[in-house]
Amino acid sequence: MFVPFLYELRSRRVPVGATEAVALGQALVAGLHDSSLEGFYFVARALLVHDEKHLDAFDQAFAKHFQGIESASMELTQQLLDWVRDAKQPDRRLTPEEQALLEQLDLETLEQLFQQRLREQKERHDGGNRWIGTAGTSPFGNSGKAAREGVKVGDAAGMRSAVQKAGARAYKEYRDDLVLDVRQMQVALRKLRAFAREGAHDELDLDKTINETARNLGELEVVTRPPRKSNTRVILLMDVGGSMDPFAWLVSRLFTAAKKATHFRELRTYYFHNCVYGRVYKQANFREPITLAQLFAETDRRYKLIVVGDALMAPWELMSVSGWSDDEGLEGMIHLMRLREHYPASAWLNPEPPSSWWQTTVDVIRKVFPMYPLTLEGLGEAVGAVTKAR
Amino acid sequence: MRFKGTESYLTSESLRSAVDCAVALQRPLLVKGEPGTGKTLLAEAIAKALGLELLTWNVKSTTRAQDGLYVYDAVQRLHDSRFNDKDVRDIRQYIRMGPLGEAFASPVRKVLLIDEVDKADLEFPNDLLHEIDRMRFRVIETDEEVVAKQRPVVVITSNNEKDLPDAFLRRCVFHFIEFPDRELMERIVHVHHPELAERMIDQALSVFYELRAFSRLRKRPSTSELIDWLAALKSAGISNVKLDDQLPFIGALLKREQDLMAFADQFGGKLPKRA
Repeated sequence: MFVPFLYELRSRRVPVGATEAVALGQALVAGLHDSSLEGFYFVARALLVHDEKHLDAFDQAFAKHFQGIESASMELTQQLLDWVRDAKQPDRRLTPEEQALLEQLDLETLEQLFQQRLREQKERHDGGNRWIGTAGTSPFGNSGKAAREGVKVGDAAGMRSAVQKAGARAYKEYRDDLVLDVRQMQVALRKLRAFAREGAHDELDLDKTINETARNLGELEVVTRPPRKSNTRVILLMDVGGSMDPFAWLVSRLFTAAKKATHFRELRTYYFHNCVYGRVYKQANFREPITLAQLFAETDRRYKLIVVGDALMAPWELMSVSGWSDDEGLEGMIHLMRLREHYPASAWLNPEPPSSWWQTTVDVIRKVFPMYPLTLEGLGEAVGAVTKAR
Repeated sequence: MRFKGTESYLTSESLRSAVDCAVALQRPLLVKGEPGTGKTLLAEAIAKALGLELLTWNVKSTTRAQDGLYVYDAVQRLHDSRFNDKDVRDIRQYIRMGPLGEAFASPVRKVLLIDEVDKADLEFPNDLLHEIDRMRFRVIETDEEVVAKQRPVVVITSNNEKDLPDAFLRRCVFHFIEFPDRELMERIVHVHHPELAERMIDQALSVFYELRAFSRLRKRPSTSELIDWLAALKSAGISNVKLDDQLPFIGALLKREQDLMAFADQFGGKLPKRA
């Protein structure tokens, strides 16, 4: 019964496979889930998820797949939960008469009523005695004064059922496919660490040399290893001016921090606006231009090129010639292709979500540069691709 | 055999479930979470709860997978050969078992903690795959095979400094320790400071969670810092705290210069004196 659930997970890009299926099967045979859905939730989570960034996707898949298995309602929208969370304190006290008036309901009727009202209700509600809300005397809600059995909605503590737990989506902030922001800098930085390990075996490994020499009965045997110090050189080329500025700033900070942490040996930062023509700029305010020809002369193919831009522009910008005399009368597109040709290890990071990449200019540029979304996941993939290319 | 936590280590249901899975399926348990949520203590608690001995392998940036299995001390052997101290033909004297090797060779079941696995080289977890999977390895120098007599309970902690390889993750039971909510935190505080007054704990927790919610902090205080802070308050005989510039022993909660500045900036007054 859990195999379709695994496919649900896979469709949400949680990497599960036969190993996980077998492990889960073993756990169920061993009875680790105590024959309850709640127990199954915990066991499945421990065995199927390997990284906290997948916890949210797991919760979503679980909520979707097992919806309706428990009678408790899963239609608790995020909005409802949010509103109940900042519950209003009731501002009036109930008289004993009022309390006596409130009828006692048994749990089953209560649950039915709850689901029914949840379906009917469309908006936030505070106070009052019928709707689900806060500070009221309805049997449903939070911080109420109903003084009898009722359904408490969305309280932080207490025993919530597995499906409700999954519905609460507590792990949202650990996802890795959101557009990068400052909070994730540290994690993003770690992605760039993958740049660090490169280079030829040209450092003397003293321990191994002694070891091998001793084995060789004193005949000298030199052992070398790749240097710990990074040998990676990176060129960062950023689209600035307009909506791209915050992203350019973020990426620039990210790479500067990585440079400081000695993840790479050299970092060059250049700027352009919308499309690259014959020249790029050392300053974000388009001062200190450097021609592409000069850049190509200074840097060779070992440099890794990371372009950051939304690749959105008027189509004519891509196909037109700028007025500069030193751009050799070539269109923007040709310059981009020359860049890609000169630096085989290159990638394009796009802060726009991949769903909007169908637009003409984006689509054209994607054919030239491998394009990745500017998310943690995308950054990791881009670094991986750039490191692999030789 | 079910894990229930110990008197001094409180667990959540999901954590208990993960530990049970790891023990029953004999797979390593990978624990991640914010610093100070008790990842390392978990291994001790498991060892205590199961009545087994704990072996700890603290991973450093220079640690290699081989170190955990065994080390062949060639230099010592060379040394001994010059002075004829021992019989250098017996190579076994110069093989020293690492923590993993020791856990395998032991006749009784052990709990092995591989602490902060992400500190080491990227290849480190990959190099351990086979040994952890098969629970055996070969000592090349003597051509002897060390096979686990009793598969140890392996607990691995990670601070997320590096991503771990997929192949490695596949073989582990994973648990992410969440930051305890207020209710659990109250119970945790009770375990560590049973004699503190209810009102005091309540005030302290309010201050603590408010501080954690204060978004300008770069390093938010964690459970272990709260426990230390309460100990400091207790020994100083302070029974009233509220969140203002007079907050005593702020240094026990905030450890970074920038955080102290941000705090002073937010709650008025001068830079608080270091406790």
